[in-house]
Amino acid sequence: MSKGVLVDIPKCIGCESCSVACKLWNELEWDPQEKTKTPTDRAKEPNNGLWPEEWTSINRYALKKNGTAVGRYVKTQCMHCEDPACVSACFSKAIQKLPQGPVIYDQKLCVGCRYCMMACPFDILRYEWKKSIPGVRKCQMCPTRVANNQETACTSVCPTGAITFGDRDELLAEAKKRIRSNGYVDRVFGEKEAGGTSWLYISDTPFEQMKFRTDVTTKSLPSYTEGYMKMTPFIGGAWATILAGLYVFNNKNKEPLE
Amino acid sequence: MELVTTFVNQAGAKLNSVRWRFRMTPMRLVFMAIAAVAIAIILVRFVLGLGATTNLNDQWPWGLWIAFDVLLGVALAGGGYGTCLIVYVLRRDKFYPIARSTMLTSLLGYIVVVLGLLIEVGQWFNFWRPYVSWGHASVLFEVFWCVSCYTVIQILEFCEVATEKVFKGFHKYLKKAMPVLLIVGITLPTLHQSSLGELFYLMVGKENILWWSVFLPPFFLLSSFFVGAGMIVIESSLAGKALDHKVDNSVLRGLVRISGGAMLLYLILKIVDIAVKGTLSNVFAFDLPSIMFLIELVFGVIIPIIIAFSSLSGTRKGLLWFGILDVAGVILNRFNVVFTGLGKYLNQHGGHYSPAWTEIVVSLGLVSIACLAYLFIAENFNIMGHHGSESVEGVMIDGIDYASTAK
Repeated sequence: MSKGVLVDIPKCIGCESCSVACKLWNELEWDPQEKTKTPTDRAKEPNNGLWPEEWTSINRYALKKNGTAVGRYVKTQCMHCEDPACVSACFSKAIQKLPQGPVIYDQKLCVGCRYCMMACPFDILRYEWKKSIPGVRKCQMCPTRVANNQETACTSVCPTGAITFGDRDELLAEAKKRIRSNGYVDRVFGEKEAGGTSWLYISDTPFEQMKFRTDVTTKSLPSYTEGYMKMTPFIGGAWATILAGLYVFNNKNKEPLE
Repeated sequence: MELVTTFVNQAGAKLNSVRWRFRMTPMRLVFMAIAAVAIAIILVRFVLGLGATTNLNDQWPWGLWIAFDVLLGVALAGGGYGTCLIVYVLRRDKFYPIARSTMLTSLLGYIVVVLGLLIEVGQWFNFWRPYVSWGHASVLFEVFWCVSCYTVIQILEFCEVATEKVFKGFHKYLKKAMPVLLIVGITLPTLHQSSLGELFYLMVGKENILWWSVFLPPFFLLSSFFVGAGMIVIESSLAGKALDHKVDNSVLRGLVRISGGAMLLYLILKIVDIAVKGTLSNVFAFDLPSIMFLIELVFGVIIPIIIAFSSLSGTRKGLLWFGILDVAGVILNRFNVVFTGLGKYLNQHGGHYSPAWTEIVVSLGLVSIACLAYLFIAENFNIMGHHGSESVEGVMIDGIDYASTAK
């Protein structure tokens, strides 16, 4: 059963317990620069506050709802696509999708071409530019915890129920229930986006005002290049055969070159 | 100033001497200087990493090295497989005189690409991983296999030339293997030239709709084919000066015509693409992408087609203009796909990238190394004078006369 997380944006109070839990569980380094930043600062950063050592970030957006000013905190991390572009882009299988949901990365297999970063529809992947031997960094969705029937580190500490861990199908039903009863925007971000993601977002304020990529394709990204890759060996074989035929035909009754 | 080294191989009683020459000219010293600085930067890159030597960042994980060294390098080296196809498979013997020099350019181009890639990737020591850990859903997997295999094939093809001078015993075996090498050596680049385009198909919604297309593979393939003639024209006029080697106008014009035909096909496909996607309003929006797209198409395709099929291609000057526009058009196209096409999306939240001087110097350095290698090989192996005429020594370069030593 594929797991997922439901993010109920209006419920988040911006305490950032999830970020701390993420750092502790994944043993990520503390960057003194990051300590002085507020969620509002991070929302304005081109990388949405995600760095090689910051796998998740709480970003605050100042919005208008029914004419009154409201602030909304959005938890940002890898969306863990159902059919991930990064996995299909990786030519050495360094990124894999686990059946339980997490999309994980293994630096041992990584060549460092960064095609995954170019392919990611949500621009989540980060690179260790400062290291001489760099790797790709992103939320791994606590694969060892999830595989052992535990919930992710971030969801385990959320005091308000803004992030809920569970079976994706059940979460999707729950999301739709909450949309109806709370009068949210009628869209579960992650239900169909990029072919569906393990992380699902619901909100009472428009997604496009919170830097969500609302115009992202709803087709699974690997399906774009799947046919091409399947056809390639046949086209290559046919083309080589044609060339060989032409070579033999054109060189018949002719002096060899030189 | 001329360096002539004589290696004497005293195996047994037989005296076997192979002469190597490399003439020093001011231009070559400039190449060497750039190459030296580039190598120094490359060393820094390996010690301190990509962050210290490039302006790449999380919004722009691909930059100049991918656009210039890889995409452009592979495209500009496309003349090699094109010429192989025309000369050896279709047996248009008229073009035989330029076959070797074009294939040499192609080989050196690919070596630069492979070197460039090793510098560009984060974990270069892991370059072999895709050979054993098959990420076969990735278009890059196909590019990787084809480029690496094709580079080996080109080295073997060059060995056929090299064994005319050294290790002569292997020559007859290589000669026998040539048909197979040639056919595989045309198939592989056809596949990976198109795949380089398909790489960007995955970036749906990120790549500007002007360049994002189902036809990306044929666009990349056709442009790598028609840039071949442009490269040959430019190369023959440069090498004509440096090595005093002239290619017949009629040979070049024939190539330019073939290239023009491919361009026409490309242009038709571009128009079909615009019609299918319904992007005519984007093409004439006259914002930055639209202007770049139009420049690319008008100056890089339409004008060269006019030159190719008019009397303009009858003159040396016309041919040269065809070459310059053709090559510049493809350069602009590859840069547009990476920079103009992705710029709006990648910069939307304040991302930015412009190549660091170190990135530019490394790119120029790799080209310099290729030029030096080309000159060395052209002077020492039977490349230019392959159709009979001996190259003449004692060339005027930059107004300085170099005396030649008698052979």
